[in-house]
Amino acid sequence: MSFLNSLISGVSLGSIYAIIALGYTMVYGIAKMLNFAHGDVIMVGAYICFFAVSRFSLPPLVGVLLAVVVCTLLGMTIEKLAYAPLRAAPSLAVLITAIGVSYFLQNAALLLWTPNPKVFPNFFARKVTAPDGTVTDQTGMAFFDGALRVSYVTLVTILVCLAIMAVLTVFINSSKLGKAMRAVSEDKDAARLMGINVNTTISATFAIGSGLAAIAGVLLCSAYPTLVPTTGSMPGIKAFTAAVFGGIGSIPGALLGGLLLGVIEILAKAYISTQLSDAVVFGVLIVVLLVKPTGLLGKVVREKV
Amino acid sequence: MKKALSLVLALVMVFALVACGGSSESTKAPAEQSSETTTAPATTDASGAQVFKLGGTGPLTGGAAIYGMAVKNAAELAVNEINALGGDVQFELNFQDDAHDAEKAVNAYNTLKDWGMQISLGSVTSTPCVATSAETYADRIFAITPSGSSTSVIEGKDNQFQMCFTDPNQGSASAQYIHDKALASKVAVIWKNDDVYSKGIYDTFMAAAPGLGLEVVSDTTFADGSDTDFSVQIADAQAKGAELVFLPMYYTPASLIFAQAKAAGYSPIWFGVDGMDGILTLEGFDTSLAEGVMLLTPFNADSDDQMTKNFVKSYQEKYGDIPNQFAADAYDCVYAYKQALENAKCTADMSAEDICTAMIAQFTSMTFDGLTGEGMTWGTDGAVTKSPKGMIIQNGAYVGLD
Amino acid sequence: MNKLNLSKASRRSFMTYAVVIIAFIVLQSLAAAGAMSSMLKGLLVPICAYVVMAISLNLTVGILGELSLGHAGFMSVGAFMGVTTAVSLQNVVASKELRLIAALLVGALFAAVVGFLVGIPVLRLNGDYLAIVTLAFGEIIKSIFNNLYLGLDSHGLHVSLLNNTLNLDEGVKPIIGGPMGIGGIQKIANFATGFALIMVCLIIIFNLVNSRAGRAIMAIRDNRIAAESVGIPITKYKMMAFVTSAAMAGAAGALFALNFSTIVANKFDFNTSILVLVFVVLGGLGNMMGSIVAAAALTVLPEALRQFADFRMLVYAIVLILVMLIRNNPTIRTFTAQLRRGRKGGAKS
Repeated sequence: MSFLNSLISGVSLGSIYAIIALGYTMVYGIAKMLNFAHGDVIMVGAYICFFAVSRFSLPPLVGVLLAVVVCTLLGMTIEKLAYAPLRAAPSLAVLITAIGVSYFLQNAALLLWTPNPKVFPNFFARKVTAPDGTVTDQTGMAFFDGALRVSYVTLVTILVCLAIMAVLTVFINSSKLGKAMRAVSEDKDAARLMGINVNTTISATFAIGSGLAAIAGVLLCSAYPTLVPTTGSMPGIKAFTAAVFGGIGSIPGALLGGLLLGVIEILAKAYISTQLSDAVVFGVLIVVLLVKPTGLLGKVVREKV
Repeated sequence: MKKALSLVLALVMVFALVACGGSSESTKAPAEQSSETTTAPATTDASGAQVFKLGGTGPLTGGAAIYGMAVKNAAELAVNEINALGGDVQFELNFQDDAHDAEKAVNAYNTLKDWGMQISLGSVTSTPCVATSAETYADRIFAITPSGSSTSVIEGKDNQFQMCFTDPNQGSASAQYIHDKALASKVAVIWKNDDVYSKGIYDTFMAAAPGLGLEVVSDTTFADGSDTDFSVQIADAQAKGAELVFLPMYYTPASLIFAQAKAAGYSPIWFGVDGMDGILTLEGFDTSLAEGVMLLTPFNADSDDQMTKNFVKSYQEKYGDIPNQFAADAYDCVYAYKQALENAKCTADMSAEDICTAMIAQFTSMTFDGLTGEGMTWGTDGAVTKSPKGMIIQNGAYVGLD
Repeated sequence: MNKLNLSKASRRSFMTYAVVIIAFIVLQSLAAAGAMSSMLKGLLVPICAYVVMAISLNLTVGILGELSLGHAGFMSVGAFMGVTTAVSLQNVVASKELRLIAALLVGALFAAVVGFLVGIPVLRLNGDYLAIVTLAFGEIIKSIFNNLYLGLDSHGLHVSLLNNTLNLDEGVKPIIGGPMGIGGIQKIANFATGFALIMVCLIIIFNLVNSRAGRAIMAIRDNRIAAESVGIPITKYKMMAFVTSAAMAGAAGALFALNFSTIVANKFDFNTSILVLVFVVLGGLGNMMGSIVAAAALTVLPEALRQFADFRMLVYAIVLILVMLIRNNPTIRTFTAQLRRGRKGGAKS
């Protein structure tokens, strides 16, 4: 039973990594850049939702929508100001600019919202009235007399993850914009010749990626409710690792990579050592990449001479 | 292209050097408007009061910014109060960012030295404080840190003092307290294994526990990158039947532990240390989660005593938050300086080294009453003697345990 | 163009040496004359350490063409091993300088060994996958040093992992104390040694780059398959560059650590690796001079921005973004290219 519980904790942590990794992999797959500021957009999304719900008492759904709108606009603005002028520059130059944007967002959040942690409200709690009349918040389901517990946040996260994955896959494969995105990802110049507006397409990619970041932020903070200006940075790096693990650029890969990373992390803590869990996680990552050098579901690119 | 780049970079560098030159001479106009140097005119004022240059470093950016901001705000508050009263001793405060990093703390310290710092508040967090204390020791500048609680801060340095307990003190005091009150015999510890503060308390707690009949059944850790999910640590403590969980950590991870333990249906006695203080003022925190948490802390923002009430009120008016233990320690540091400087009849034209000698004599002989304790004294090693208060959280408020 | 019959590459390397030497003389005499603020004086050794980090990473990223996100890991190995050496020799070798040099050498040696071990799996991969594995190794190294205990007593060296089970003699304190890192370090690093280290690293890099091996390494960077097809042993040359780069980072780590009284494993995290990468990209890939200037400028910049108080790091971020944008602006690029062409034309006539 304790193994099952660990597994469930792992899945719940992994589903959070997965949803962040989706944003990473989407932007990487199409714009071919590592958007290091992604984790910080997540943080902004969580703050927006927090203020909407806790300070202005808006309903949670409105809060989430507001966060999505703000993050989408933020993502497009960042892209327009900081990344678009570097379209022709080497990819490392864009990487460094993304790091600059990440510093900027973190420090702006620090000034705007102070370093004091905020506790994110739990949207997924059910009010339960006990027989003696006291009302408590129930945050999850229990099986086998409480020996096995699954929290609602985990269920919602996994469902949202699957839904996003399905929608994204359909969108990219079938819609006009999605096809344009695939074309841009394949070959920018050829796409331009075919009459695709590369700038608009990449801008749209960022808009979608940042919108996803807002949802990820809300779910991250619902599961682990402490919100500070650096909230997004570590999960961001872990999710980036997860995206590579699954094969960067691959949407199902991000989901698989995220889930596996979470499960490995928790199992390593439970059965090996809490002190060395990070080392074990990264060790497994290295081994997997040595066996499958392009990640679990990554495309094998054949080298042409 | 490369030449152009070198040009741009060289310009940045020249700008940087010029800026350094500027800031080293004196703090000029732009700095005056900033919040870092807010107080007092720069020289001995017209009334003949002595204005001492008080410096300090702490994390104002990055993940630990909350502690640095608390200290900076409270020190600023104390300095403003003292200056407004217009006594003989006045302060000019310069508080610099160190981002919780030893390297940047030394840089910040050097900036303060250029500014002409005479007395220091050391650094807020332990690792930077160990680095800056070596500098202040070598330069003979007196320092009392509000919260740099590692023993390495004061070890072998005659002019380094602490306002907080040293970490080992807290560990053994906690074990003793648990034993004396017969709270539990089976104990779990969750600690942060990349943190000097947590590790220091953990070590002495573990050393003291066996002698006091405490059996540590579960010993688990977390670190910076893995400080969100505590399910494994909680499950381990629960499975091994720990009646009490000792949490030598700050309140941010602790708040997550409480929430996740509740979700797992585990409710042991929680026992915290001074870093736990502040948990009740966490915005949006469901205080019922912390119900029954015990902690040893020298400061209690809900205390009825008049001095604490005034402090909490003015802090809240100015900065919008309820002050934590870091803030209280910083406030005490400034007032302790005031008392010591007055007693020693120091003047602002004395060199840092002369003030240092006078301060060592004062601090090792004086008794100080502050927010964080009455009748505080300091030994020649620089460690403070004050008694921690046992607190328990009931109905969302601290209640003193006898 | 008949001043000196030197190749373009050697001209550039001599320029770099000259600039470093002049900068050293100027800074050293400023310091000696007491005209330097304590702040700048305190930055001299860290600047040297970061410059060495930057040029060594430039060897991996710029010359070898592989992105590394875990360079701080090698710095960490050098720092911990270097300080351990310095502390161990404290009662044996009286001269500070000798201990410092020994620490730098041991730091470089250990980092080279770790670099070799890491290089075996890493260099089999390509692109972003290689980058993420270096990141992983950086994190693993950090994790290990956070749990490593090491002490020295009359029975020799004691090492333990996870728990402090060193069983040292009574009254002997461990040198490396797990998460507490190393405390009470004697600050024996100095600017002159830092300068010497930069010069040695530059000489090694320029000689490597302008040698047969260097040309092979750059051939691999530009087209691996073509290089392989003409019989260049890929792994050997990649490893050569990678290990050299790791060793230099190790020496830089030892220099850095011996300039502070305390050092903890968390200092050498992902953010430090990224910081060094910023120096390299900002300075230009393969451009050592650029790396040096960028490392020095970006180390001084956050300190110089202290007058912005709370807005300091915000301004730093904006400066970073703007510099990247300006550097890569097509208009400015064309302009400078024209400028250069114009100047060359003038020289010919």
